[in-house]
Amino acid sequence: MKRLRRRGQEILLTLPSFFWLSLFFLIPTALVFILAFRPADPFGGIGRGWTTATIKGLADPQYLAIAWRTLWVSFLATAICMLLAVPTGYAVARVSERRRNLLLMLVIVPFWTSFLIRVFAWKSILHPEGFIKKILVFLGLVDPGASLLYNLGSVILVTVYTFLPFAILPIYAAAEKFDYRLIEAARDLGARPFEAFRKVFLPGIRQGLVTAVLVVFIPALGSYVIPDIVGGPGSELLGNKIAQRVFVDRNLPLAGGLSIVLILAVLAPLLAVLALQREKSRIEPPPADTES
Amino acid sequence: MKRSRFPYIVTGAVLVFFYLPILILVVDSFNASRFGGAWRGFSFKWYVRLFHEPAIWTAARNTLFIALFVTFVSLILGTTSALALHRFAKTRLQRFHYTLIYTPLVVPEILMGISLLMAFVAAGVRLGMLTIVLAHVTFCISYVALVVLGRLQDFDFTIIEAARDLGASSWMATRRVLIPMLAPGLAAAGLIAFTLSVDDFVITFFVAGPGATTLPIRVYSMIKHGATPLINALSTLLLALTFTTVFVSQRLSKSVALEGGQ
Repeated sequence: MKRLRRRGQEILLTLPSFFWLSLFFLIPTALVFILAFRPADPFGGIGRGWTTATIKGLADPQYLAIAWRTLWVSFLATAICMLLAVPTGYAVARVSERRRNLLLMLVIVPFWTSFLIRVFAWKSILHPEGFIKKILVFLGLVDPGASLLYNLGSVILVTVYTFLPFAILPIYAAAEKFDYRLIEAARDLGARPFEAFRKVFLPGIRQGLVTAVLVVFIPALGSYVIPDIVGGPGSELLGNKIAQRVFVDRNLPLAGGLSIVLILAVLAPLLAVLALQREKSRIEPPPADTES
Repeated sequence: MKRSRFPYIVTGAVLVFFYLPILILVVDSFNASRFGGAWRGFSFKWYVRLFHEPAIWTAARNTLFIALFVTFVSLILGTTSALALHRFAKTRLQRFHYTLIYTPLVVPEILMGISLLMAFVAAGVRLGMLTIVLAHVTFCISYVALVVLGRLQDFDFTIIEAARDLGASSWMATRRVLIPMLAPGLAAAGLIAFTLSVDDFVITFFVAGPGATTLPIRVYSMIKHGATPLINALSTLLLALTFTTVFVSQRLSKSVALEGGQ
């Protein structure tokens, strides 16, 4: 009787969110896979019958080129974020507690400010009449006719700007728990500073690194606003193509087909990490187990 | 042992990188010149013009209305979800429930936007304020649930048992003990839901339809149509609002932590 009541309570508490997310998250996601096999109707809706033409059409070189560009732009942005986030996460973890709280605040506040406004800020400073351009021309670093905006460089720059706080936080969280006596031990045993960093510190904060890579790489793959505002025709990504199919030619099945490509691109790194972690835990059991 | 100064130099550079664009934007909002870059004297004229743009104020009102509603609904759904995840942690249903709560966090916004749009079109729902609210609640539930769950994990449940032993009904123990003690967590979760709703552009853009405009959608079309000085002024107002909110919530959570610690 008591068990039955407990079960009833569980279902009562689970039902609201479970129902909502099934209706507005699970079913719509499944629907993307189904509707990609429906033809488009001339009024921007979804037609009757079934077709594989949309999926076959994705093999178009235009889409392949864009999928490839999306991958390497996301990869490059993630790499740059990591190069900046590792030293920053380390520094935040190593300063005195009062300074650490201030630094953490300074890292988190941009995360609270409007995403669109942060992208727009870059558009106006990279603008031909903007601040950065004038300084670079004054220093003779760029040609007065060169454009800093509307190219892949500006897309990567703004992507790094947007996602860097998300990369710093997990690395800081891991670096704060790291036992720095290990580095001293490595140095005493003759490791050079960089060697100690690479062979002791980096493996020690591995979990933070993995999280940081995922929180930058995955949203970067789906990025749409950044290339739309600071990118040009030569720097469109998958997200832009999906949005164009929705807002410009209103072909929802084709937008769905492109979304499937994006879903697969997002799933690949996630599954890779899961598989790696499972493999890892099978080969070397966690330290707590080896002690007992 | 001497520590390398390199990480601290990078940190300084990163902070300059974070704040320089924001700073330039704020300074430019007071610049009389139509194009940033050259300083043509201090002026409030963009702010004055902003107050004469009725479209912005309609959008702001819509945004606020949506965000309040979304905060309320997602707090209820997220909290019940967190309670279920906490109390029945190990059942198979909860493991699936947890995956369902967690997955929306790792899905790129554009995918959520397109899938919701397709679902609304397939179901024949008219796009507008209602579809925006439905979409926002969907991505806010996960954040609320995880924040409240974090709070519950630090919670001492013997207090509830004590209340029950002293004769409180289950409902009374929830209302008089659990909810007041969860209040700071609920406030934090509500603030996150509110901010996410106010700030969301991508998902909103997909499910908004032609009639309903929110502030981010308005800002986006201003960016696209080059109303630069006005966006500078609007952005500065929004930044001031954000900084005040963060500051006040920091103060609040600090005073709560102090009271709790003594």
